[in-house]
Amino acid sequence: MLNKRIIPCLDVTQGRVVKGTSFTDLRDAGDPVELAAFYYKEGADELVFLDIGATPEGRDTMVDVVEHVSEQVFIPLTVGGGLRNIGDMRRMLKAGADKITINTAAVLNPRLIGEGARRFGSQCIVLAIDAKRVRSGDVARWEICTHGGRKPTGIDAIQWAKEAVVLGAGELLLTSWDADGHRTGYDLELTCVISEAVTVPIIASGGAGNLEHLYQALIIGKADAVLAASIFHYRIYSIRQAKDYLAERGIPIRR
Amino acid sequence: MIAIIDYGAGNLRSVANALARLGYQPKVTARPADVLGAAAVILPGVGAAADTMHNLVESGMAEVIRQLISEERPLFAVCVGMQVLFSGTEEGGWHECLGMIPGAVRKLPSGHKIPHMGWNQVKQKAVHPIFDAIPDEANFYFVHSYYADPDDMSVVAGTTEYGVSMCSVVIKGNLVATQFHPEKSGEYGLRMYSNFLKMALDRKQA
Repeated sequence: MLNKRIIPCLDVTQGRVVKGTSFTDLRDAGDPVELAAFYYKEGADELVFLDIGATPEGRDTMVDVVEHVSEQVFIPLTVGGGLRNIGDMRRMLKAGADKITINTAAVLNPRLIGEGARRFGSQCIVLAIDAKRVRSGDVARWEICTHGGRKPTGIDAIQWAKEAVVLGAGELLLTSWDADGHRTGYDLELTCVISEAVTVPIIASGGAGNLEHLYQALIIGKADAVLAASIFHYRIYSIRQAKDYLAERGIPIRR
Repeated sequence: MIAIIDYGAGNLRSVANALARLGYQPKVTARPADVLGAAAVILPGVGAAADTMHNLVESGMAEVIRQLISEERPLFAVCVGMQVLFSGTEEGGWHECLGMIPGAVRKLPSGHKIPHMGWNQVKQKAVHPIFDAIPDEANFYFVHSYYADPDDMSVVAGTTEYGVSMCSVVIKGNLVATQFHPEKSGEYGLRMYSNFLKMALDRKQA
C-alpha cells in the first residue's frame, strides 16, 4: 500500500535556513545541508527547499545547497522559490533536485508548466498554489495569490488546480494563506476540495501546529502528503514522533 | 569501471551520488566504448518513455543496451530505463521499445492518484543476492504512471500493489530492473545498488 508522506520544508534565504533555532543537537541548525541530513536520518520521506528570498544571488547559493544535500541525502528533493524559466529549472535538476516547484512564474505564464513537463516529465513539476479564502455568501471559495502570498490574483484556486494538471503538473503543493503560520491546523475544506478535483497527488501545507493536524489533513483533507516547517524546526515534534503517531492511528506510513 | 549511461536525460547525478556514497567512482558517459567496456552498467531514467527511446536511438545507446543484454553483462535499469527494455509502451500512443523483455508497458488503472508517487512495499518473489539485507516488503520510492507487464512471469522478482499487482523488480540473468528509484529510496535503495555491484564485480573477478 502506498504510504502517506511526511515532508519537512526548509525555508532558505541567502543559503541559511530561516526557522529552526531549537536544534541543540546540530552544530549549525541554520545550515540547510546539515539540517537536511538530520531529517533524512530521522526518516523524512522527502524534503522541500524553498528560497524565500528568491533573489538571483539566493538562487546561486541554492544550487550549491542542492549539490551538497544530494551527495548525502537519498530521498526526493524538491526545490523552488523564484524559478522563472526552463533554464532555472534545469539548473536545479542538474544540481541534484528531483522536482521543482513553481508558483508565480506559472500564474504569469501557464505554458511554463507544460513546457517543464515536456522537457523533464510531469513528475518533476510540482505546482505550488497559495490560496486565500474569500467570502462570497455561504459558498466557500478560494483565490490564488502570488509573490509569496502578497498578491491576490482573483483566479479561482479549484479552476487553477484543474487547469495546471491538464497542462502537465504532476503534483500540487497546496498552501492555505489563512492557516499558514497560525499552527491551528490545515485548511481541511480547501485541501479536500482540491484533492477531489484533480487526479494528481496533493501535498497539504500551512497551519500544522500538532500531530492531530497532520492526521486531519490526511484523513479529512484527503491529502497524499503533509508538509510542515516550524513544528519540526523548533523540535516541537520529531519526524519519528509524527510517524509513530500517524501509524498508531492506522495511517500507512514508512518507518 | 562502472558506467552510468548518459543519453541526455535521467537523474544521472542522483545515481552517481548514490554510488559515490557506496565508495565507488562511477563514470557518467555517453560513449558506447565506455559502456561496453564497463564491469557494471546502470541505465537511469526519469520522464517519458517515448522521449527516452528517442534519445537512446539517437545516441546509439539502444544498440549498446541490446548488446549488453544479449551478452548477459551486468546491467541495472531504473524506472523508465526498465520500461524501455520491454516490447513497447502505451505511453503517448503505442511506441515500440527495445524488445529485450517480452511484454507491454501499460497505464496504471484509474481510481488512485496518478502518478503513483511515494513509498510503497516490494514483495520479494525470488531469493536472490539483490535482496541481501533487505527485508521482504521494504519500502522503496516510486514515481510513475505506467507499469511493466511481462509476458514471462518467471522474470518477476518483486511486485508492488497500486490498484494492480505490478512487477516492480525484474531479474533475468545479470539484468536487474526496478520500477522504483533505488537512488531515492534511502538506505535500502543504496543497499540494492551495493548488492548489484558486488554481484557484478565478483563475477568479473571469477
